[in-house]
Amino acid sequence: MQNIKSIKQAIAFTIFRILAGLIVGILLTIFLFIFLRGIGMISWEFLTTVPREGMLKGGIVTAIVGTFLLVFYSALIAFPVGILSGIYMNEYLKDGKIKRFITMITNNLAGIPSVVFGLFGLSIFVNTLGWGVSVISGAFTLAIMILPIVIRTTEESLKQVEYNFRLASYAMGATKWQTIWKIVLPTAMPNIITGLILSVGRVAGETAPIIFTAVAYFLPTIDFAIDKPVMALPYHLYVLSTSGINLQASRNVAFGTALVLVSLIFILNLLANFLRKRLKVSSTK
Amino acid sequence: MKIKYLSEKIIEGLIYGSGWITTVVVVIIVVFLFREGSGLFNKKPLEEGYGIVINAENKVRQITAQEIRQIFEKDITNWKELGGADEKIVVFSLSNIDKYFSEKDLGESYSLLSEKIKEFVQQNKGVIAVFPEKYLDESLAHLEIAPISFWSFISGKDWYPTATPSPQLGVLAIILGTLWVSFGAMLFALPIGISVAIYMAEIAEKRVRELLKPFIELLAGIPSVVFGFFGLVYIVPLLQNLFNLPVGETALAGSILLGIMALPTIITLSEDAIRSVPRELKEASFALGANHWQSIARVIVPYAKSGVISACILGIGRAIGETMAVLMVTGNAAVIPTSFLEPVRTITATIASELGEAQQGGMHYEALFLLGSILFIITFFINWIAELVTKKK
Repeated sequence: MQNIKSIKQAIAFTIFRILAGLIVGILLTIFLFIFLRGIGMISWEFLTTVPREGMLKGGIVTAIVGTFLLVFYSALIAFPVGILSGIYMNEYLKDGKIKRFITMITNNLAGIPSVVFGLFGLSIFVNTLGWGVSVISGAFTLAIMILPIVIRTTEESLKQVEYNFRLASYAMGATKWQTIWKIVLPTAMPNIITGLILSVGRVAGETAPIIFTAVAYFLPTIDFAIDKPVMALPYHLYVLSTSGINLQASRNVAFGTALVLVSLIFILNLLANFLRKRLKVSSTK
Repeated sequence: MKIKYLSEKIIEGLIYGSGWITTVVVVIIVVFLFREGSGLFNKKPLEEGYGIVINAENKVRQITAQEIRQIFEKDITNWKELGGADEKIVVFSLSNIDKYFSEKDLGESYSLLSEKIKEFVQQNKGVIAVFPEKYLDESLAHLEIAPISFWSFISGKDWYPTATPSPQLGVLAIILGTLWVSFGAMLFALPIGISVAIYMAEIAEKRVRELLKPFIELLAGIPSVVFGFFGLVYIVPLLQNLFNLPVGETALAGSILLGIMALPTIITLSEDAIRSVPRELKEASFALGANHWQSIARVIVPYAKSGVISACILGIGRAIGETMAVLMVTGNAAVIPTSFLEPVRTITATIASELGEAQQGGMHYEALFLLGSILFIITFFINWIAELVTKKK
């Protein structure tokens, strides 16, 4: 009996170990394939010049700049609102029906598929408000998409700040806002920043919300205007891999683009992980 | 001091306002999606500016979009089938007008067309004439097309949004395609995801877990379009060779990618649920002589059931809403799925690939918004159920 028990356990645990290994294997496979075929494309020219000859030659700098613009403006919109909203949820709102309701709505917003945000952005920003297909339309669409992530991150980080910190601050005669601004926020900042970095990664990689709101198939020049369409890394990768006339020739450029995009996400992830470990101040629980 | 007080009030006002931002946003999303989508039901499914006329003696007065298509495809050839008299249907439109009239008959730049149509319709009992409204004399008997109903939209099998003269807007195949691909993904993502979650929460040493955790976060962070690219370059050709298929873009390719993409959601949330099982339960189980595996299978996982189930539901939601990867590898054929080795088309892929060509405010455009609304409702329900399951505990 004892024996069967341990045999069963050994079998189950072995299967679990293999499956966990499988996940690592999948990730490494994806990364290695992209890395090995993409690395040959990476050069200073690839990163700093505009696409030429039907996007088969030259670089991808317009797509890099476009992604940067989308990330920058959507962060500019989503971060302040999201952080304030998170502060409201954790510092001002007491537990109860309202809080549960807002939490539920925020969760639902987080669960909406990205393509639905694209539809919404097209309807409201591009058509109704008349902003056209532009950086600003795309940035607002992406900002709404990451809003729940920013709110949750802020809320969770604030929750971890010791309650005694607040009491001590009040005891010194500080007002509620002074306490939040001078004591609570600085303490929670490392965690908040970690979350924000991850949401930036999400923005950089999304395609569906920007197809109809922000991107153009091909643009020959670098342009920082916010009322014009841009190229973006993920959309560029999509275009290169599906609608090229010469698929074989565009494949190499696609691998290069994929490597740049994946590296960007990886670097952001590593940075977030590094900060989480490094900045874990003793003042948080 | 006073200014400081004032600015503090302003900031707090901003905070209160921001607190409700998500609620406001969700309301606006709902309003805009449904407003654009619901326009479809007020429109006749006929090409813009066109009209249909029939002989005055014909008793049939209204037909559906699908029947028009069947008439043009010669699936319906007699008015009897539509509840009219036993009369053969004669299709008369711009595409076959040269069969009946020469260019000379019609005069310079179709100046005589209107007259000829009138003549032809009055002489032919079985005629169905589809022409731009401006060529149709008002005295002729018009055939009405039934507006699209929600039911015919949901249950219609044909998706030919740009068909002439009558666009076919049935999304059954697309909805089933979405569910089919997600179902396939869950077949392997659920067992693998839950197993890995158990491994990470219960079995793995701390060192291994801390190594695995960033891997899973990275997997979650890889953009959907990169998965799609990977699938297109490696999985699609692999499946094509493996199963000897005419095309490798199949439901299976989509399911594999979606499964991989849903894994991080399932693993992270299940792990949290399993980890939050009270220590005492595990200790009690050990004290009764159960070994680790027995404790996991009979005590720990059953206790964490609601959390694990809700993780799985959210994983399904993730799969249903995923766009770029499925768009790139599933082949996008709008047919009702019967096997995993055939192309399918999902809601998300349909929207992403067709919205660009659809004219704003047109039927196709509205139909895509309606599809988006359906997707929104599906994911809303999934989130709601996941929340209910968690709360039940």
